Amino acid sequence: MADQTILNIASLTKEYDSLRAVDHISFSVNAGEIVGLLGPNGAGKTTTINMILGILEPTHGSIEIMGRDIRTCGSDIRKYINFAAVYAHLPANLTVIQNLYIFGLLYEIENLKERIRFLLREFDLERFAHTKAGLLSSGEISRLNLAKAIINEPRLLLLDEPTASLDPSISRLIREKIREYMVRTQTGILWTSHNMNEIEAVCDCVIFLSHGKMLLSGNPKTLPSEYGMKSLEELFIAVAREPLCLAHEVPA
Amino acid sequence: MTRIFAIYIRQIFLLKSNPTRLATVFLWLVIDIIQWGFITKYIGSFGEATFGFVTVILGAILLWGFMSRIQQGILMAFLEDIWTQNFINFFGSPLKVSEYLCGLVMTSITTGLAGFFAVVTIAGVVFGYNVFRIGVMLVPFMFILLIFGIAMGVFVSAIIFRLGPSAEWLGWPIPMMLSLFAGVYFPISTLPPLLHAFAKIIPASYVFESMRSILSAKAFPGDLAVNLLIGAFLALVYLFAASRVFIYIYRKNLESGTIARFNAEAL
Repeated sequence: MADQTILNIASLTKEYDSLRAVDHISFSVNAGEIVGLLGPNGAGKTTTINMILGILEPTHGSIEIMGRDIRTCGSDIRKYINFAAVYAHLPANLTVIQNLYIFGLLYEIENLKERIRFLLREFDLERFAHTKAGLLSSGEISRLNLAKAIINEPRLLLLDEPTASLDPSISRLIREKIREYMVRTQTGILWTSHNMNEIEAVCDCVIFLSHGKMLLSGNPKTLPSEYGMKSLEELFIAVAREPLCLAHEVPA
Repeated sequence: MTRIFAIYIRQIFLLKSNPTRLATVFLWLVIDIIQWGFITKYIGSFGEATFGFVTVILGAILLWGFMSRIQQGILMAFLEDIWTQNFINFFGSPLKVSEYLCGLVMTSITTGLAGFFAVVTIAGVVFGYNVFRIGVMLVPFMFILLIFGIAMGVFVSAIIFRLGPSAEWLGWPIPMMLSLFAGVYFPISTLPPLLHAFAKIIPASYVFESMRSILSAKAFPGDLAVNLLIGAFLALVYLFAASRVFIYIYRKNLESGTIARFNAEAL
């Protein structure tokens, strides 16, 4: 189970006219693995996630989810994926329970009412069940986003800065919930964040992108020392400032 | 079917949760029928020369209002998703674009019919007008207007999907513009001959011309069936074309990345 490839990306490219937002990147995510997708703003992380989600058409390359090419298997494969992102708002004018109900229907969840009860309990949202999503605090919205993201028990979970703008205590709670969920279900997770401490704490593997290109990948705990850096944050800054030098540097 | 229901029930939740949204379903139709009810009553007071005017004009207002609400019902439901920036969550789920459109159509049929029956009641109670005197022909009339209303709603939504939220104003004047050529308020023969050809390609014109014939002559005109068949055929062609345009623009948006950043600032 642990070695099963959930997501396999090969030579993925996205071009907008003359701009190449993602440039021939290849990587995979296995079951029970959290892969961090890192890079400065505009590196191509969100573009990559959007292509995996199927809301952005790649220019070249392939995306396979559970061995099936998303171009040929249509929207059905999305039953096994889900995502949470700070920029993907849930309808603010619906209550928490209405939001979960609608997304439960979209993902065709069986025993939906029971599932919603479980998620409300799990993410401590019971007292907000009938509150409109627009009235929730950032922390509550993040919990709701996460509850929606696992409503279908996805095999592949895409998290685009799931803890952005949250205080450290809620961030930790969210991280723990996701880690717990991953261990229990053996879901493959692709996680983007600018918080290097968080990445070090949760990810099994990281991939650095810069200007759409994949520069480095490896274990977040050992990768900095391989490039002569003290920490992942230092490595991130080096990638952001001098990506081309770093790409040609030979690991120590 | 479950996913279509999800899109539908989302709109119903919104309508239930906010009385101002519910008001838009009825308010314009009610204002229209009251205004035209009194106008026709006033004109009717001039005597026998205007015989049938009240019957014809109120029937036309009711049916045109129904078609407009169908078109705007789709547009409003679509705009809700733009305003709440919902496209990533919806199209990142297993939802197909055709299912999304069906959900919008179901919503607009519900709100369109609710509005229609409300004004039919008002027209009956306040002005003593019974739309059902049109008889069994009300069924094909409403069918053509329903299909054409859906086609217009989908088409306008497609244009907004392409041009962005700043183009949303396009949805509002379209029924008014079409009404000039559809023979809603006056027979098509009143129009300059040059515009007759334009009227002929509007499915609704076949409904209103037929209705006028039935109500004023109190008999079925000989070419009624042919006219209604042409109207229904045109409406179905427009519906097919509008759906294709919407799906084409959706695919274009997948290529350009517009779905992922669909908001007023980005377009």
